[in-house]
Amino acid sequence: MPDAHFYHYDDYDRTLVRERVEQFRDQVRRRLAGELTEEQFKPLRLTNGLYLQLHAYMLRIAIPYGTLSTRQLRQLAAVARKYDRGYGHFTTRQNLQLNWIKLEDAPDAVAMLAEVDMHSIQTSGNVVRNTTADHFAGAAADEIEDPRVWCEIIRQWSTLHPEFSFLPRKFKIAVTGSPNDRAAVRVHDVGLRLWRNGEGQVGFEVIVGGGLGRTPMIGKTVREFLPKDELLAYLEAVLRVYNRYGRRDNIYKARIKILVHEIGVEKMREEVEAEYAAMKDSALRLDPDTIEAITRQFALPRLVHKPAMVPEVERLRLEDRDFALWLKSNTAQHKLAGYRIVTASLKPAGAPPGDASSVQMEGVADIADAYSQGEVRVSHEQNLVLPHVAVEDLPAVYRALQRLGFAEANVGKITDIIACPGLDYCALANARSIPVAQRISNHFANLAKQHDIGDLKIKISGCINACGHHHVGHIGILGVDKNGVELYQITLGGDVDFGQTALGTILGPAVEADRVVEAVDSLVATYLEARTDGERFVDTYRRIGAEPFKERVYGNPQ
Amino acid sequence: MAIPNEEPVQPEGMLVLPNTVDVLKLGDQLDGAKLIVLEFPKFTDGRAYTQARLLRERLGYKGELRASGAVYVDQIPFMLRCGFDSFASTQKGFEEALVKARKKFSVVYQPVGDGRATAAELRLQRIRTQAAA
Repeated sequence: MPDAHFYHYDDYDRTLVRERVEQFRDQVRRRLAGELTEEQFKPLRLTNGLYLQLHAYMLRIAIPYGTLSTRQLRQLAAVARKYDRGYGHFTTRQNLQLNWIKLEDAPDAVAMLAEVDMHSIQTSGNVVRNTTADHFAGAAADEIEDPRVWCEIIRQWSTLHPEFSFLPRKFKIAVTGSPNDRAAVRVHDVGLRLWRNGEGQVGFEVIVGGGLGRTPMIGKTVREFLPKDELLAYLEAVLRVYNRYGRRDNIYKARIKILVHEIGVEKMREEVEAEYAAMKDSALRLDPDTIEAITRQFALPRLVHKPAMVPEVERLRLEDRDFALWLKSNTAQHKLAGYRIVTASLKPAGAPPGDASSVQMEGVADIADAYSQGEVRVSHEQNLVLPHVAVEDLPAVYRALQRLGFAEANVGKITDIIACPGLDYCALANARSIPVAQRISNHFANLAKQHDIGDLKIKISGCINACGHHHVGHIGILGVDKNGVELYQITLGGDVDFGQTALGTILGPAVEADRVVEAVDSLVATYLEARTDGERFVDTYRRIGAEPFKERVYGNPQ
Repeated sequence: MAIPNEEPVQPEGMLVLPNTVDVLKLGDQLDGAKLIVLEFPKFTDGRAYTQARLLRERLGYKGELRASGAVYVDQIPFMLRCGFDSFASTQKGFEEALVKARKKFSVVYQPVGDGRATAAELRLQRIRTQAAA
């Protein structure tokens, strides 16, 4: 089995995770023995990723920067089989959720994770959460630097941080190393964008106060260019300002975006810079040898030179229409010409977005071992990624993914839907998300039609907490509850692309569940009639505005 | 040491600070302070951790620093790292937990004022020892 080409735990990391498992085991024991009330236990279990959902406990497992070795993926499959119902749900935060965990099993489940250097630490609670990254990191042709190096540095710094383990609210950090932002850095509490300045140095743009949820906001740039070795000093300054001044009187106003909004970005910058100035010459400055040692672990695997043009692939492309569509939508440009990045679609027609059974996880692990250097990624769009596939292996990978049901040629298309778990699982939801996604997915199942419609992002949330990112969907769908009836509000024009980040605008009155597909169909029809060459759905919307779409969906009242 | 929650009279040199106080603006109030009590109105309200670090690391406060209010065993490792050295807790078993906590979490990642070597520092020592050998 090939060795994974990303950060390897050493004895320090392993010791910490093992000690944490034992601490959690003791906390669960105290809870089961009645020594802890549920109120006392709640913040403890949350910072170990254990939620109490509608029907059962849910365990959220961290997948740091969405990167997995096949050994880890197989262990996730094994944990899901042993302690859950043999499947898991990959989330928009590159985590895996198991929805049917028993409290008394939870310590053993996290002990199993620790065997493969994984954990569920800080996947919930008012702490710094799992840091997310571009799912093509380390492989993308457009990359300036691998953002995962910095995610790992942040992972260590934020894990059990003594000052920041009781923040006003949760705190999410995302890092991108490419000009094409695939990590949605402007809608995170802190977004970090690596870029090269005029002097040829690479540093971070630091964006603070973005987020979705019930008060969606686009993050503001607090620092244009931060030298890389100052990252932790700067983050510590941001967190300290937030811990001191963030609101704690109202849970809905406690995120850092509200603080930035209320005091203004200038005041925020002033506070952060003052704190940073007092800390920057401290032990927080990263030693070049530390950076170098971690960077080395993320080196591109030694990929042998392969041909970019393979006759067999060309022949198949001409003969097999579905394969040709798959090549187009589910593979992306790699750093090396003889390789492609393959996305395994976890959105086959009619399936719940992001779900994978243990058998499917093991299947993907087998494919990655054979064809992708033993490495798998989880995307925030709830798909799995094989980052290093030789062009000549594409037909074999396609067939293997087909057998798993993960070869749907729909990445970036209308059925590549993001959806939260919704009322089928979640205690917060007002409405179901997954069945709505499934209906849309079935309605638009025809691949040629999907490719004709082109790039279109549908994002569905079952409540205003917006876990399905509906605000930034080209078409956003939000479940609301009106007097016990599940209704769906539609927004248009959201976007997370860098430089174009926008929140969607509400189209009109919410529609009933059985009218959602019809409404989406009307939106698509309006676009198809109005589009000019090369225009995507969202481009047409920007050009012609909401009116034509609105008329088509709601018509004239008869 | 763990101390019962009642403190009959406020002795000389004792300063009780709500967690909304900006400790950087205390000025000469800190002169002669021997015991500073920081408050945790709720387990989940973490403002006093920042106050503690600023007092210890920024202002060089060397006296006793006491956590009071919602102080439970599961916070001990964080409080110790932020510079607290006394605890007003009524929780059963707190004293024993405190003794144990000093041994728990043998690895730390963050450089804070407690002087413990971080994992990154220990790794650097290894790299440099290997390079010198």
